[in-house]
Amino acid sequence: MKKGNSAIDPAQVRRRSQLAEIWRNFRKNKGAMIGLILIIIIITIGATVSFWIDYDKIVAMNIRERLQPPSAEHWFGTDEMGRDLFWRVLYGTRYSIAVGFVAVMVSLAIGIPVGAVAGYFGGKIENLIMRGADIFAAVPGVLMAMVIVAILGANVFNLMLAIGIAAVPGFIRTTRAAVLTVKNEEYIEAIRALGKSEPYIIARHVLPNCLSPIIVRVTLRIAGAIISASSLSFLGLGIEAPLPEWGALLNGGNKFVMTHPYLTIFPGLAIMITVLAFNLVGDGLRDAMDPKLKR
Amino acid sequence: MYRYIVNRVLMMIPVIIGVTFLIFFMMDLAPGDATDVVAMEYSEEALQQLREDLHLDEPLLVRYFIYMKDLLRGDLGYSYMSQVHVWDLYVQRFPYTLVLAVSSVLLGVVLSIPLGILAAKKNGSLTDNACTVAAMFGLSVPNFWFGLLLILLFSKILGWFPSYGADEGWKSLVLPAITVGIDTMAALVRTTRSSMLDVLRADYLRTARAKGVDERVVINKHGLRNALIPIITVFGGQLGGAFGGAVITENVFTWPGLGQSLVAGIKARDTTLVCGFIIMFVIMISVTQLLVDLAYAFVDPRIKSQYASGKTKKRAQKGGVQA
Repeated sequence: MKKGNSAIDPAQVRRRSQLAEIWRNFRKNKGAMIGLILIIIIITIGATVSFWIDYDKIVAMNIRERLQPPSAEHWFGTDEMGRDLFWRVLYGTRYSIAVGFVAVMVSLAIGIPVGAVAGYFGGKIENLIMRGADIFAAVPGVLMAMVIVAILGANVFNLMLAIGIAAVPGFIRTTRAAVLTVKNEEYIEAIRALGKSEPYIIARHVLPNCLSPIIVRVTLRIAGAIISASSLSFLGLGIEAPLPEWGALLNGGNKFVMTHPYLTIFPGLAIMITVLAFNLVGDGLRDAMDPKLKR
Repeated sequence: MYRYIVNRVLMMIPVIIGVTFLIFFMMDLAPGDATDVVAMEYSEEALQQLREDLHLDEPLLVRYFIYMKDLLRGDLGYSYMSQVHVWDLYVQRFPYTLVLAVSSVLLGVVLSIPLGILAAKKNGSLTDNACTVAAMFGLSVPNFWFGLLLILLFSKILGWFPSYGADEGWKSLVLPAITVGIDTMAALVRTTRSSMLDVLRADYLRTARAKGVDERVVINKHGLRNALIPIITVFGGQLGGAFGGAVITENVFTWPGLGQSLVAGIKARDTTLVCGFIIMFVIMISVTQLLVDLAYAFVDPRIKSQYASGKTKKRAQKGGVQA
């Protein structure tokens, strides 16, 4: 959202103080702050890791050092190809963060416009869209993602697409519900009286006032997308070895779970910490944005 | 009440038709068709004949109608991966998935509702914090990884439960059920806690206490019954999720249910099997959702009254009782 040039939107005048208020509430929540710090660290690793670790080092085999338990030299041990698990897990951050964010972008790109149209215009269009969303949502997200991956073929890009598409109905519902509460407010009425076009009103004035539930949903969905992606990769339906995606690492470690459990423990720990961080922040945001929920 | 049940069953039909069409259509987009597997062995004429027999030369809509007609007769087509009828495979594997999903959800309910109530009653205490933190971890842990950890602890180190298969009766069920149930547990603890917290502050609870009602009755009768609606909502979502979660967990424990052959089918591009299983999954979930919605009506008289017969409804409105 651009700042400044609209003098008539009361929501924007209020927004700055509202943001400060949310931040004040958020800061008081210890769990949420821990989550936020973790997310900052994880995203920094994910965004920069390809600059300071050579990809060749991640995939190069070293059979002489295969299946070594954790030690000072190999913090998380080595896998059956003799590759250092610590570096592989670290490098894998890239994939999980990318899949999480891109998948949610896909859901947003479809879910927000469709949900906004349903909520704003109502009537037959709304009925059609919402029944469609019901039908789509009747298939559990993981199964839907599996089907889409099965059709498109398993690779990083299709995995993002599949997980994103599978989560669309949720975003349609959230956006529609939020738009419904905002569209009859007086300030929207006032802007309509000024003769602005409907798409302009929706994009500039309705949606910015619907942000809180959408932001909460985005945060929690990133967590969900990371779990879905690693689950599919674990089943061999997503990203495959030698790419060090966490689910793929677990798929590789699964064979050795009884003999070399560290191959299973560390990648899973990475997934859990990341997902936990996003869940904590999502929860914190929900509480901070909703004064009624304070307890 | 009957009208409500009939309404809900009727509403289920378009959703099932919509989903089956969606899945059928999506599977149709996948490259190749069921004859690809035998393409090498058959002559061109024989392939053409096979396509005609399988109705593959018909347009999408016609094929969909044929498929649905067969479905109603319990014929989901022929799985070329395992060389048996998909329906037979389904009937053979379905009980395992059902047992797993239902026992995991029941486990979640039995353990989490008391915990949620306890946490709400002792709001702010160490118990409460422990429950909240545990639930947060439960929500964040990937199911399949949690299953692997359980195998490590209970199969490898302690040797209490088998790590794979379903040959040892209830013992085989324990670890998979906990794995699938962890989501339900976490979600229900959180919902029960926050829902109870809302109710515990309500005036009618204070009134009940002031009347000198026994604390246990206050919590269980006056409190829990009013807190149940959000709990049932989450429970309904979890039931659907449990079927999805079972698909993944079955592959960790080689539990012989639908999920295992579904994943194998996806890998082998066995379209008939995948299509059939997913459609049956959706029908299953719709039916459980229906049962949950009916449970609402039993728990919440406000919803029941909306669907009461016309006469009672009018009387209720005249009396000023708002739904």
